[in-house]
Amino acid sequence: MATTAAGEIGAEGRRVAAASSLSARLARSWRRNGAGYLFLTPWLIGFFGLTLGPTLASLYLSFTDYDLLTPPRWAGLKNYEYAFFQDERLRHALWVTFHYVIWAVPLKLAVALALAMALDRSVRGVGLYRAAFYLPSLLGASVAIALLWRLIFGADGLVNHLLFVILGIKGPGWVTHPDYALWTLIALAVWQFGSPMIIFLAGLRQIPQDLYEAASMDGAGAPRQFFRITLPLLAPVIFFNLVFQTIEAFKAFTPAFIVSGGRGGPVDSTLFYSLYLYIEAFENFRMGYASALAWLLLVIIGIFTATAFLTSRYWVYYEDEGR
Amino acid sequence: MASLELRNVVKRFGAVEIIHGVDLTIEDGEFVVFVGPSGCGKSTLLRMIAGLEGISAGEVYIDGELVNDVAAAKRGLAMVFQSYALYPHMTVRKNLSFGLETMGASREETKQRVAQAAEILQIDALLDRRPGQLSGGQRQRVAIGRAIVREPRIFLFDEPLSNLDAELRVQMRVEINKLHRRLGTTMIFVTHDQVEAMTLADRIVVLRAGVIEQVGTPLDLYNHPANLFVAGFIGSPRMNFLAAEMVAGEGGETRIRGKSGLDLVFPAVDPRQEKVTFGVRPEHLGIVDPAGAMLTGEVQIAEHLGGETFLYVALPSGETIVVEIKGQAAVQSGERVGIEVDAAACHVFGGDGLLIGRVAGSELPSSAARIEQASAQAARL
Repeated sequence: MATTAAGEIGAEGRRVAAASSLSARLARSWRRNGAGYLFLTPWLIGFFGLTLGPTLASLYLSFTDYDLLTPPRWAGLKNYEYAFFQDERLRHALWVTFHYVIWAVPLKLAVALALAMALDRSVRGVGLYRAAFYLPSLLGASVAIALLWRLIFGADGLVNHLLFVILGIKGPGWVTHPDYALWTLIALAVWQFGSPMIIFLAGLRQIPQDLYEAASMDGAGAPRQFFRITLPLLAPVIFFNLVFQTIEAFKAFTPAFIVSGGRGGPVDSTLFYSLYLYIEAFENFRMGYASALAWLLLVIIGIFTATAFLTSRYWVYYEDEGR
Repeated sequence: MASLELRNVVKRFGAVEIIHGVDLTIEDGEFVVFVGPSGCGKSTLLRMIAGLEGISAGEVYIDGELVNDVAAAKRGLAMVFQSYALYPHMTVRKNLSFGLETMGASREETKQRVAQAAEILQIDALLDRRPGQLSGGQRQRVAIGRAIVREPRIFLFDEPLSNLDAELRVQMRVEINKLHRRLGTTMIFVTHDQVEAMTLADRIVVLRAGVIEQVGTPLDLYNHPANLFVAGFIGSPRMNFLAAEMVAGEGGETRIRGKSGLDLVFPAVDPRQEKVTFGVRPEHLGIVDPAGAMLTGEVQIAEHLGGETFLYVALPSGETIVVEIKGQAAVQSGERVGIEVDAAACHVFGGDGLLIGRVAGSELPSSAARIEQASAQAARL
């Protein structure tokens, strides 16, 4: 039936149909998806107005001298040359940031996985425990907690008080001593294990129980089951958490800003990259240079993420592969 | 190779008791099938033997050694799961060698045993694939291969064929049978399919609601079911059951009488008044001229399978009875037929469901006696 009808319309008819079909398709598409786009509108306005615009502006500004008071002046590659070849403080900030990322991310993931495994069982009140363990992540990024952390780890803080009462040791000012300040921030990051923990928990739920049963019939005890079944099957989730947490750690700002009073001290020991960028932009008013730093950070994060993705095929197994 | 003994084994989940005190001894090298309807506890019992479920009460012995508190990993058993439970991230080769690796087998030995298992199961060509790339039947073979390589003391099979299509199921059934002959290892096989049970088992354990109903060789259970449940469960199509009454006959003999005209002498017990169930398998019925026949009825459906014919006959009492005829019977739906009964092969069950006896009276009639009795019966009809 349909083919006969199409044949009768002929070539002329088809051209007319094609011309009108674009608007018809658009109208149909709008009828089908219009409500969805309406719901997306706030986000779309936010993305184009508040994210994409400033991002592109900062790319332009990174090639200028700009002190916020006078209009930006074109400077070519000067900012990048300074960053690459002259800025010793930037090199230090990079070292601090790498140090932070390399310790905080694996430790946080290890703690998150350990707790997820502990909570992945049906014990009475396990929901309550999960909520309780997730709480630090809700609070952790906030200014209040960073302030609290500063008090707990200060020279007269709770930690030192306990150390003195229990062990009789007079502890250093953890956040004010250059050897310990960064470690205090790493501890703060590890403490915010909640969101990777929740994701690990969901990942653990996906591993069929009968694989563990088969493994125990194969004579495998708990450690071997963990390394040969749990870890490989959790690899996609570990990979996701690793990439996500690494990006977060590179961008870390609030804790260092609050704990060090916005200076990156003591002796620049907590001068995170983002914090240095902030100081350059809003204290030294070198907005052009700060923009260049922001784009360099994007490239650094990009390189790390790309490396993770490229190596992932050697260690991440996806269930749907090779079907 | 090992023997297994269960002594008054009980399983409770909280307050609910699932397995109510099972006693069972399995000899070295035996092929035992646990069969029963869904929820009868057969898989739970198997998992308790495996060590995957705790034992609430009672004792499990493997080769005389109490294993209640021995972890599954240490019992030296192998299990084939219904879902196969192959490690999805490992190649077939790795799946097979994983158990050997945990045993600390040498590289050379591992290689050799994997090769041997792969050859037995004809999966040599698949060794470098992942489970996701295999068909259902191939996965099944790998799952069995994984059990073989470890040379376990006992093989446990948990409904391993239920995910296969009918043709493949028959084929794998034959292969498992061959495998048992070849290895001679004790095997315990769980299924809800009585045909699998009949074809594979040295001995069948029929379970219902966490209790063993009967243990015996396939033909034992078929010929001498201990109760109504076993009689109805074993055999396909199932045994016909007719409501009947045990009464004293005119000459003082015991008779079994049913509404549909059923009337047989039952010499096995002294006469007493009791409601009973009369059971006879379809193949022990035949079609005769309705005139003078003890049972008559109307054929509702005739299934012509070529090799045999099944007739579903409605009796005047409203009961339906299935008659199996060897070969191709020229009977059509709607036809009125008489039914002859091979009295030597009939069963009578009491009100409690337990077997009272067989109509012929003797416990195990010889085939000669059966033919004689059958022909006498036929002559009477």
